[in-house]
Amino acid sequence: MAELLALLLICAGLGFYLAGAIGLLRFPDLYTRLHALTKADNLGLGLLVAGVALLHGSMLLALKLLLVWLLVLAGSAASAHLIAQHALRRSREP
Amino acid sequence: MSLTLLYALTGTALFLLGLRATLLHAGLLARVVALNVSGAGVFLILVAIAYREAGQPVDPIPQALVLTGLVVAVSATALALALHRRLIKEQAHE
Amino acid sequence: MSGLFTWLPDLLLAAMLVGLGWATVSSTDLRRSVALFIAFGLLLSIAWARLRAPDLALAEAALGAGLSGALLLAALRDEPPAGAVPEGLPRWLRTLVDLLAASLALALAWVLWETLSEPAPARLGEAALSALERSGVSNPVTAVLLNYRAYDTLLELVVVLTAVLGVVTLGRERPGYRRAGPVLYSLVRWLVPLLILAAGYLLWIGAQAPGGAFQAGATLAAASVMLRLSGIDSAGLPNGLAGRLVLRVTLSAGVGLFLLVGLGVMGTGRGFLHYPPAWSGGLILLIETAATLAIAAALALAFRGGRPAGWEADDPDHSPRERRP
Repeated sequence: MAELLALLLICAGLGFYLAGAIGLLRFPDLYTRLHALTKADNLGLGLLVAGVALLHGSMLLALKLLLVWLLVLAGSAASAHLIAQHALRRSREP
Repeated sequence: MSLTLLYALTGTALFLLGLRATLLHAGLLARVVALNVSGAGVFLILVAIAYREAGQPVDPIPQALVLTGLVVAVSATALALALHRRLIKEQAHE
Repeated sequence: MSGLFTWLPDLLLAAMLVGLGWATVSSTDLRRSVALFIAFGLLLSIAWARLRAPDLALAEAALGAGLSGALLLAALRDEPPAGAVPEGLPRWLRTLVDLLAASLALALAWVLWETLSEPAPARLGEAALSALERSGVSNPVTAVLLNYRAYDTLLELVVVLTAVLGVVTLGRERPGYRRAGPVLYSLVRWLVPLLILAAGYLLWIGAQAPGGAFQAGATLAAASVMLRLSGIDSAGLPNGLAGRLVLRVTLSAGVGLFLLVGLGVMGTGRGFLHYPPAWSGGLILLIETAATLAIAAALALAFRGGRPAGWEADDPDHSPRERRP
């Protein structure tokens, strides 16, 4: 039962990653691509983490994975901001 | 075909891709990157040899060799980049 | 069919590694090459995890992808403004190199096929694993690095020291970065202490679990890189006259302490670096601590790019570079 739920979560996470990758390839400019990358990939990672934590069943591992997810969230948010800010300074209008 | 053979062949391919690019590229930075890729190929061969199936303990000696190699590769890259910087400065003064 | 399924992830990973490696070396834009190289390093880290080498996965992510990528990105600033594109080698030479590379690839592949298909002879690894209880640590890779082959690790630390000596003597450091805005500042503010904590943990846990001096040193160096990128030019390294002495002592302490321990145990009648079995664990931790700090300081200096501005001495550079205010 837990394994089925974990499988669903992981598949959903992979779906979001796929969406992010398609967005990266198909969106017209830098800002929309950043949007696709950060939003879709981070959510995908969250679902993956939830699935893996469920699969393993250990509370300690779940907490560690949660910490990993929060770190990735913060890091990617900051980098996306910096990239967009840099592009804006070079006056590439959105 | 075992996992060891698969990754050893991958390592061989990377080693030669990097070596070829080091010989053929013009700029120094591109060559440093290619040399690092080549090194990664060598590391893959070593770690593939160290691999054992689940249940048996992994062979630690090639892994320790690769860890040493990784640190040496970073140090060599740092030195190469410093040399590159000095070279550009000297050439700019001619 | 099920056979293919069990192979599919590894085939995909191997194919991605080769594909990404190919893209990295054949890209014409240097920045794209470096970015692809960083991605390649992260994929390689996954390969290490797949091949049951967690110590390597940690080290690759920190050093191979992280620090190497940061060093290369910083070096991109040094490139001269795109002048004349240097012409490549003549056509026939390129074909010759391609042929040589292809034949070498086939030869190596054949050698690997032949030797890896045979059953493995008695490996050194078994001897290493059986002596593990007497080595003072329970992580086999740490045991190999700091006990069985401690001499190699000593020489590796000498290599790191030599590289940083080269970097420091070749020129002044690069100009710094602009002061961080609110987003980067607030990220760095809690990330750097977290990285320092993680480094301490990696150093401590290296005796029992994946981790160790190199991973910890690389994490500390990453914290230093983050500080430098947010506008703090000293990058966490000590400044001033006393700071210079502290920095030099830290850099040499990696090799220095190792030598001291090695020579010290000779005083008790054993050979060079023959730890007394009861003291192995403690001595290994001591050496690892010094090595962590030395590696972190060396990589931080390497990222700065050269001799810090405070090390006046005689400056052989012709043009005094003004630092941006």
